[in-house]
Amino acid sequence: MRKCSLTALDSIFETIAKSAVLYLPVDTEENKSEYKMWEKGAKWSDRLNTNKSPKDFFFPQVEDLMKFKVTGKNIELTDIRKAAEDFVVFGVRACDVKSFDVLDRVFLTTPTDSYYASRREHGVIISVACTRPTETCFCQTFGIDATEPQGDIMVWKTESELFWKAVTEKGEKIMSLIESMTEQCTEEAVEAQKAKTKAIMKKLPLANLKADAFGAGKTDEFFNAPEWAELSQSCLGCGTCTFVCPTCQCYDIKDFNTGNGVVRFRCWDSCMYSDFTKMSAGQPRLTQVERFRQRFMHKLVYYPENNEGMFGCVGCGRCLAKCPISMNIVKVMKAIGGKAE
Amino acid sequence: MQKITRNALVEKAVAMLNDGAVSRVLGWRAGEFGYDITPSVFTEAKDIEENFVWNDFCGANFSKYLVAQTRKGEGKILVFLKPCDTYSFNQLLTEHRFDREKVYVVGIPCEGMVDIAKVKKLCGDGISAIECGEDSLAVTTIYEDAPIAVSTKDVLAERCLSCKSKKHVAYDELLGEEGEVLDSNRFDEVEKLEKMTADERFEFWQSQLSKCIRCNACRDICPACTCEKCVFDNPNSGAENKAPATSFEEKMFHIIRAFHVAGRCTDCGECSRVCPQDIPLHLLNRKFIKDIDAFYGDYQAGEEVGSRAPLVNYTKEDLEPSEVFERGDGANA
Amino acid sequence: MQVNEHKPLIVAFCCNWCSYAGADLAGNNRLAYPADVKIIRVPCSCRVNPMFVLRAFQRGADGVIICGCHPGDCHYTSGNYFTRRRMALLFSMLDYLGIEKERTRVEWVSAAEGAKFAATMNDFAEKVASLGENKRLEDLRCKK
Repeated sequence: MRKCSLTALDSIFETIAKSAVLYLPVDTEENKSEYKMWEKGAKWSDRLNTNKSPKDFFFPQVEDLMKFKVTGKNIELTDIRKAAEDFVVFGVRACDVKSFDVLDRVFLTTPTDSYYASRREHGVIISVACTRPTETCFCQTFGIDATEPQGDIMVWKTESELFWKAVTEKGEKIMSLIESMTEQCTEEAVEAQKAKTKAIMKKLPLANLKADAFGAGKTDEFFNAPEWAELSQSCLGCGTCTFVCPTCQCYDIKDFNTGNGVVRFRCWDSCMYSDFTKMSAGQPRLTQVERFRQRFMHKLVYYPENNEGMFGCVGCGRCLAKCPISMNIVKVMKAIGGKAE
Repeated sequence: MQKITRNALVEKAVAMLNDGAVSRVLGWRAGEFGYDITPSVFTEAKDIEENFVWNDFCGANFSKYLVAQTRKGEGKILVFLKPCDTYSFNQLLTEHRFDREKVYVVGIPCEGMVDIAKVKKLCGDGISAIECGEDSLAVTTIYEDAPIAVSTKDVLAERCLSCKSKKHVAYDELLGEEGEVLDSNRFDEVEKLEKMTADERFEFWQSQLSKCIRCNACRDICPACTCEKCVFDNPNSGAENKAPATSFEEKMFHIIRAFHVAGRCTDCGECSRVCPQDIPLHLLNRKFIKDIDAFYGDYQAGEEVGSRAPLVNYTKEDLEPSEVFERGDGANA
Repeated sequence: MQVNEHKPLIVAFCCNWCSYAGADLAGNNRLAYPADVKIIRVPCSCRVNPMFVLRAFQRGADGVIICGCHPGDCHYTSGNYFTRRRMALLFSMLDYLGIEKERTRVEWVSAAEGAKFAATMNDFAEKVASLGENKRLEDLRCKK
């Protein structure tokens, strides 16, 4: 483990940015935070939680896949991918790091999604352990330890210092770049900080939320629950929850006719939308009740069913903070089965 | 602090449910942290007594829910409407979007709603409970031993600071006192933008609209947006688009969204409230309202049922599009 | 960017009853106007949805002009009165977003005004050319 003072952060960022594009959360004018590309003078924001999740780095909202042009009976195909560049994301929280695991299981199983895979390969995650969790946090529910955030490098913050520990080979490489700016140290201060955070985690309003009632094999138990109708009745059918969610991975593939060929691109889709998975016979989920149920059943039942019990939610709390009508997965879990305590 | 108490609303709702005058009540349901309140349809008196809330966080405008709610269920639905909500209610009635006979409107006075983002700015994160007092909030956070007192007027939502009216323009019954139409400063921000140069305005909107994630929350919450199938969702419209693929798409969506409700927008401010990316969308709507007032005479959508919206109306003497920029009063710099 | 060599593309929505006939008359009289004005015939100027204007810009137009019957002369009695309000508001909004106001225009041209049609197009094309390429409402995907 190595450490540096908080004031050394600027020069560390500068050094990392020389080797790769560096992204980090910065404050917005509205007292929130958002990932931005680092430039000189940018200040890291350790506020929870960024408006959008860091899934954008690997699975951007809009991504051009290919271009084609039809002349007579010929179709000319062009791969318009740019060579992926190395990048580093600093300040990713434990919940969001875990969300990459959720996405990996979707995009990296055969057939591998090469667009996603190449970004994963070129990206380095520097995670930061939480010190000041907020009321919407419930990562504990899914067994995530906010003080052991994983990624390629883990960072812990104390009052005036940062502690760095490489987890993977990619992380080691970055650590070697900044070796001269950090010094070898023991783990005592980190352990103390971890204990402090853990004590705060126990006081969180959602600290006792349990997901035990959900998981693989629970489809029959919850699919026809009478509560869905009531829970979903005020749902607007907007896509806010799905678009701020770090684990929502549904997308649509569309063609755009530029007048000079066609660009095929993919963009995030939302199960809340009326045209989600629309087929020739129409949308299989005709009402908002069914669409609403799909989102939560997917996270809490279907995903664990296909992934050895791993949940499709990481408890980052963004949907709690952002839903226009404050309906969210916590309220659903409490109403349907995951009663507190 | 709201002048009318929660108990008064609960009593009203329970009484009407019990004597069968209404079969359902549209109200606010308590959440986890005191501020995350969900609009909800209550059908049981016990549920109302336990879970109904009315406090400084009940900003949601219920008018649009009536479009769906009046089409289902038996009997009437009781709805609580704040003054600004009643304008949306009238506008929807003007457009024949629901059956007036199926609704019982209880008008309730509103002293302005609180913006939780402002509370967090003052109190920090980790809010576990909020008590709404006379003219202050007691905010309990996990980081402080004692609740933090915040003056309500310091955390009022922007839209409430420029409230246009405390008067109910529609109701079957009014609880509390009737207010008045106010002299509002709601166009100040629009004017500020108008005074900028075109380059500055472009930069401002470019940076704002580029934050858009096309979640459609602004559209879906809007009580004026009640098309059964939005042009942006319809693959046959040629304009269907699910994502802000280019900066053009961002602008097009927001210009057209605002244009589609121009002359019908009552300026309730829900679009900006719900935007997860904090885009000041009301500044687009207010520009249209301000222009309409300047070009065609003052008009407040929803003020009365049946009034003809400015964009489906005309006079032979209307100004020419070329004259828009020659005027000193409403035009941009 | 070779601004000088850029030839502006202009989309002109012309109402079937007056302005389109006006364009015809301009042609019959051999009155010249820029070949880069592309005319789209519409049944009435009020057929022009604000989205048409935006999408013309998206697909490469540098200027959009809407031509209809003179107020009072609409074939459908009142169509152009609605156009007048709609476009006044739309243009003001575009300007509010910082998009050059000289790129949009509404002009009333009757079937007898071939000369006015040509003069209008010449003048508009010149103004748009002086602004250079449309950058603020462009869609990069549509660039060749």
